[in-house]
Amino acid sequence: MILTPQTFDQIFPIAKLWLLGFVPAGAQPLASAILSVVPVLIAFPLLFAITTWLERKGLGRMQNRLGPNRTGPFGLLQPIADAVKSLTKEDIVPITADHVVHFLAPLVLVAAAFLAYAVLPIGRNMVIVNMNAGVLFFFAIGSTVELSVFMAGWSSRSKYSLLGAMRAVAQMISYEIPMVLATIVIIMQAGSLSTVSIVDKQAGYTGIFPHWYVFTPWGIVGFALFMIAATAESNRSPFDLPEGESEIIAGYYIEYSGFKFALFFLGEYLGMFATSGLAITLFLGGWSAPFSFLAWIPSYVWFFAKLLVLIAAFIWIRGTLPRLRMDQLMNLAWQYVLPMALINMLVAGIWHFMPTGPARWLVCTALLAAPCILLSLALKRKQRFQVRTYRFAE
Amino acid sequence: MTVSFLILAVLTVAGMAAAMGLRNAVHCVLALTVGFAGVAALYLQLGAQFVGFTQIMVYVGAVAILAVFAIMMTHSPTPVQLPAYSSRWAWGIVVAAAVFSVLAWAIRSGTASSQVLPPQPDIDVQQIGEALMHRFVLPLEIMGLLLTAALIGAVVIAMDRKEEPK
Amino acid sequence: MSSLQSYLLLSSLLFSIGLAGALTRRNAILVLIGIELMLNAANLNFIAFWRYGPNPSKLTGIMFAIFSISVAAAEAAVGLGIILAAYRHSKTTDLDQMNSLKG
Repeated sequence: MILTPQTFDQIFPIAKLWLLGFVPAGAQPLASAILSVVPVLIAFPLLFAITTWLERKGLGRMQNRLGPNRTGPFGLLQPIADAVKSLTKEDIVPITADHVVHFLAPLVLVAAAFLAYAVLPIGRNMVIVNMNAGVLFFFAIGSTVELSVFMAGWSSRSKYSLLGAMRAVAQMISYEIPMVLATIVIIMQAGSLSTVSIVDKQAGYTGIFPHWYVFTPWGIVGFALFMIAATAESNRSPFDLPEGESEIIAGYYIEYSGFKFALFFLGEYLGMFATSGLAITLFLGGWSAPFSFLAWIPSYVWFFAKLLVLIAAFIWIRGTLPRLRMDQLMNLAWQYVLPMALINMLVAGIWHFMPTGPARWLVCTALLAAPCILLSLALKRKQRFQVRTYRFAE
Repeated sequence: MTVSFLILAVLTVAGMAAAMGLRNAVHCVLALTVGFAGVAALYLQLGAQFVGFTQIMVYVGAVAILAVFAIMMTHSPTPVQLPAYSSRWAWGIVVAAAVFSVLAWAIRSGTASSQVLPPQPDIDVQQIGEALMHRFVLPLEIMGLLLTAALIGAVVIAMDRKEEPK
Repeated sequence: MSSLQSYLLLSSLLFSIGLAGALTRRNAILVLIGIELMLNAANLNFIAFWRYGPNPSKLTGIMFAIFSISVAAAEAAVGLGIILAAYRHSKTTDLDQMNSLKG
């Protein structure tokens, strides 16, 4: 085997084909499926463990404290300590809780979160299933997460958890629409719902600059809207009112302890990685390198590097911005992000039909910047003079 | 009648029967979700992937949540234990059984049981998009109008009006 | 029994389960759920006929199923809105007690 950059890039498909040579012909489909799925099942929970450490250290440094530093050098063994704690903690279920639904809710969440990785292309020729309607599959699976959140909150039969679940479900369904609309722009431009072909269309270079969709006016706005919606979908700060510890104790997973709580944590972070992975696939060029002279680095390294950058951005935003109130959150969704997503679609259509050159850059940027500025001003002005009325407390 | 069809059929019928039979309304909706997922899996087995994923997204992701929210909002604060079934439930069962027997007899005696299975049609989303834009553009526009009217109508009907002075 | 017949039997069984639920349940929301079940059964029928029918490349079954799903979602939304308004008026969702037109 000659050690070229091509070999390093394709090391995983080559290893899979070599391992499949040992399997008898009858069991080939099953073995192929297992060999495709097992690396994802190992890699992303490992990334989850690393992210918990990164988050606690990062947030600690942003808040002018050290973060965990006792378990191992620089606190690097903290995820192992967390795992041991959550596995050995007593599993308390309230007596009045609905035991079957209480048990099934974290399982549904983790199953849905893992299913979403089936359509993400992690490297060149490294996707589990190349579905024709891959992006639609991703959003269909993402919409089952809301049901599991409701199941968790309702089955605990406690007022805090039900309130947290209602808020979380309302937030998730409100932000699902801008997420889908921001994706439709990419689908329009790429002409396909398959994630593999969307990445293939972004893998070319003009000179040294890549063809990523984020380097267009509608691509940048779409990326920003998608990341706002993804932050809200994963219930992360600044949209974590349903699970903020200072607001509603822990929202819909108050009554969960031990391993089930760890499963909820895992499911939430896996959902965050999956939506980041989809953002990378749609906007940031998937596994392609940012400059053509860097293309010798393997494709999966670029995917995970971009994923780590997005995770660092999530942690940074969590440490920086204050939490949004529920009505501010819903206002942002319906009165700012949704109109901007619709205008983005219009501008992407105009981009497609104008001839290439600086003219379409100017026109499209102006058409996007004007509503953005006007909407922000309108919302700010409305809030200044708005008297807060309480609809049910009088 | 492959094994996968039997498993999915049993799962779907069990879910839907539980959805219509259980006492607790939220349990009914959760069983209904299982039934919807089973129907989506049957669509995938028939080769209609777009419809299957749309079924999951619309029914499991939207209609089930809508039903659950409605149950939460119409929950009476004093837990009055109503009987789950109407007082004339026997007639309902009789009518449903009659409908099923007529349909089953029609199916068994009607369709020409041709043993030659047509090949699995390989359609992709582009063809569905083209069909929507060319042959079915009028239903598409009417559907947009209908969804807008339904959205506005549902919000107006369900809105809590507090204009009357107390 | 051919594959088409088994799918049609399954969809007629689902339809009659939905009909039984819509006719016997007391809670208005569960009656609406029964109606959704009947619509699902009809959609399954359409897709089965599309798959085993003479001309699958014309996509008629898929199109009908897509439009039927959209209409069902819209009807569920409006129906649940009406149930909410009726609940606000009569403080109950019991269909056996909603048997007079006089408010």
